[in-house]
Amino acid sequence: MSLLKAEGLRAYYNSPIGQVKAVEDISLSVEEDDFIGIAGESGCGKSTLANVLMMNIRPPLKLYGGRLFLNGEEISDKSRDYVKEKFWGTVISIVPQAALNSLMPTKRTKEFIIDVVQAHKKISEKEIIEMAKNKFIELGLSPSVLDLYPHELSGGMRQRVIIVASTILNPKVLIADEPTSALDVSTQKQVLKMMLDLQRKQSIRSTILITHDIAIQRQVCNKLIVMYAGRIVEYGNVDDVLYNPKHPYTKGLINSVLTPEPEVRRRGLMALFIPGEPPNLVNPPPGCSFHPRCPFAMPRCKSETPGLTYSGDRAVACWLYIL
Amino acid sequence: MLSSIILKVEDLTKVYETGLFKKKYITAVDKVSFNVSRGEIVSLVGESGSGKTTVAKIILRLLPPTSGRVFYNGEDIWEKKSIEDLKKYWREVHAVFQDPFASFNPVYKIDRVLEQAFNLMGTPVDENAIKEALKEVALLPSEVLGKYPHELSGGQRQRLMIARCFLLKPKLILADEPVSMVDASTRASIVNLFLRLRDEYKTSIIFITHDLGLAYFVSDRILIMYKGRIVEEGSPDELISSPKDAYTRSLLESVPLLYGKWAGF
Repeated sequence: MSLLKAEGLRAYYNSPIGQVKAVEDISLSVEEDDFIGIAGESGCGKSTLANVLMMNIRPPLKLYGGRLFLNGEEISDKSRDYVKEKFWGTVISIVPQAALNSLMPTKRTKEFIIDVVQAHKKISEKEIIEMAKNKFIELGLSPSVLDLYPHELSGGMRQRVIIVASTILNPKVLIADEPTSALDVSTQKQVLKMMLDLQRKQSIRSTILITHDIAIQRQVCNKLIVMYAGRIVEYGNVDDVLYNPKHPYTKGLINSVLTPEPEVRRRGLMALFIPGEPPNLVNPPPGCSFHPRCPFAMPRCKSETPGLTYSGDRAVACWLYIL
Repeated sequence: MLSSIILKVEDLTKVYETGLFKKKYITAVDKVSFNVSRGEIVSLVGESGSGKTTVAKIILRLLPPTSGRVFYNGEDIWEKKSIEDLKKYWREVHAVFQDPFASFNPVYKIDRVLEQAFNLMGTPVDENAIKEALKEVALLPSEVLGKYPHELSGGQRQRLMIARCFLLKPKLILADEPVSMVDASTRASIVNLFLRLRDEYKTSIIFITHDLGLAYFVSDRILIMYKGRIVEEGSPDELISSPKDAYTRSLLESVPLLYGKWAGF
């Protein structure tokens, strides 16, 4: 049984200028031990998808179709309040983008953790502190952090505190949205290491890591989803996708990553970079939304939208690969 | 070869003073020295708080150093006094910042940013030159002219700032995290613009960045900064294949790689 399963999810923002189609026909499943990366550029819908996956849907965002199952139970037909009450924090948790700024400057770490946990489950303060202490020790962090104020913590430590707070009730699925984008590389590595440890120690059973940085996903994820204009364009095992990208967008995206490696200099930047800008999701191009930027666009791409087509455990949404 | 040195930074030190009653001193930049040659791309790489932006501000003459000197074409930049001298300096030494949105005044149309370049050059506004410069950075005049900053994407705004470089043809560009706010696919086209400025106009460029991957790709030479000092310097390949300094090594171990895999992870 999948921990999380989405079938044909569609969620749009209703705005005065029209509907923003941020999540369009998304299907995916998260199994135990999965560490799934969702890659894509800003505005491709990855953060919206994160919210939709836990039914955190509030106007102007609205779910227009598809089904969502969490731990075997359908939640797409339930209200946000019901899902929040029954699943958030205990079955599914999120570390939202910019969570680093969510610590109250006047509250000690432990008070913050108590607040977060009590929002999801009625447990006594003493018990929560005990759980937090154990978690800190288990992860190799000093429990004395619990008595400190946010300004006494480094950015990396603050982020780790937030991750501990959101996983203290051992949720089955953790969604982390750009958890390290505000951190220096050395702290980033420590935070990623902690996320891996959480899963290895089975505090959490699966992680969805949303980031624009594919190099990070290459280091920690086992599967990779590439999104473009609200849709999944490619999916597969991380190494397969990186070494043998199929969708022209994935190829371009990988080719534009700069890491300090000789392969990157040899490959060059000109090899295949993506011209133009990502489309406006109010009025996405007809057919495949990538066709105006695609060097391989065919007449068919301008009128028909390719669906995500599986071959084994790889999937790609591109007419080049659909016979 | 001495004449090809365009910028010489000598023992640059900046100490910030904070605190109202009890003074605290923070050494942001500590005896930093380096040269930049004509047509050379030098990257100053460091994590937040390493002092790299302070170095940039001093070179741009926006911040006085505590001690040490900066020579541009052999002249000490802090000896330039008259407005005319300064205008000439800023015409030749140009900055491109991280957040292009912050460089624009939101209530003015973006045309003004380009017209100000003519003010700096002391020549009348030349519409054709503007159109040429926009073409260089792959922006359609109809896409950007007459619009307000918020109507453009981050990538477009950053390319617009570089269009200014094509208008002014500065001798030295200081680019402070110029691509950290733009997406991967747009980043490539912006990096290529800097490389073209170097190749076509022999512009010298100082990249100030935390991104070792970017520095590795674009630079002729990389300087690693840590706690206000330059701890290591070398060609990109030298630096990543045989880093000598302990900090450089730890930095390289922490950078996520696309092809290699972290050990023990």
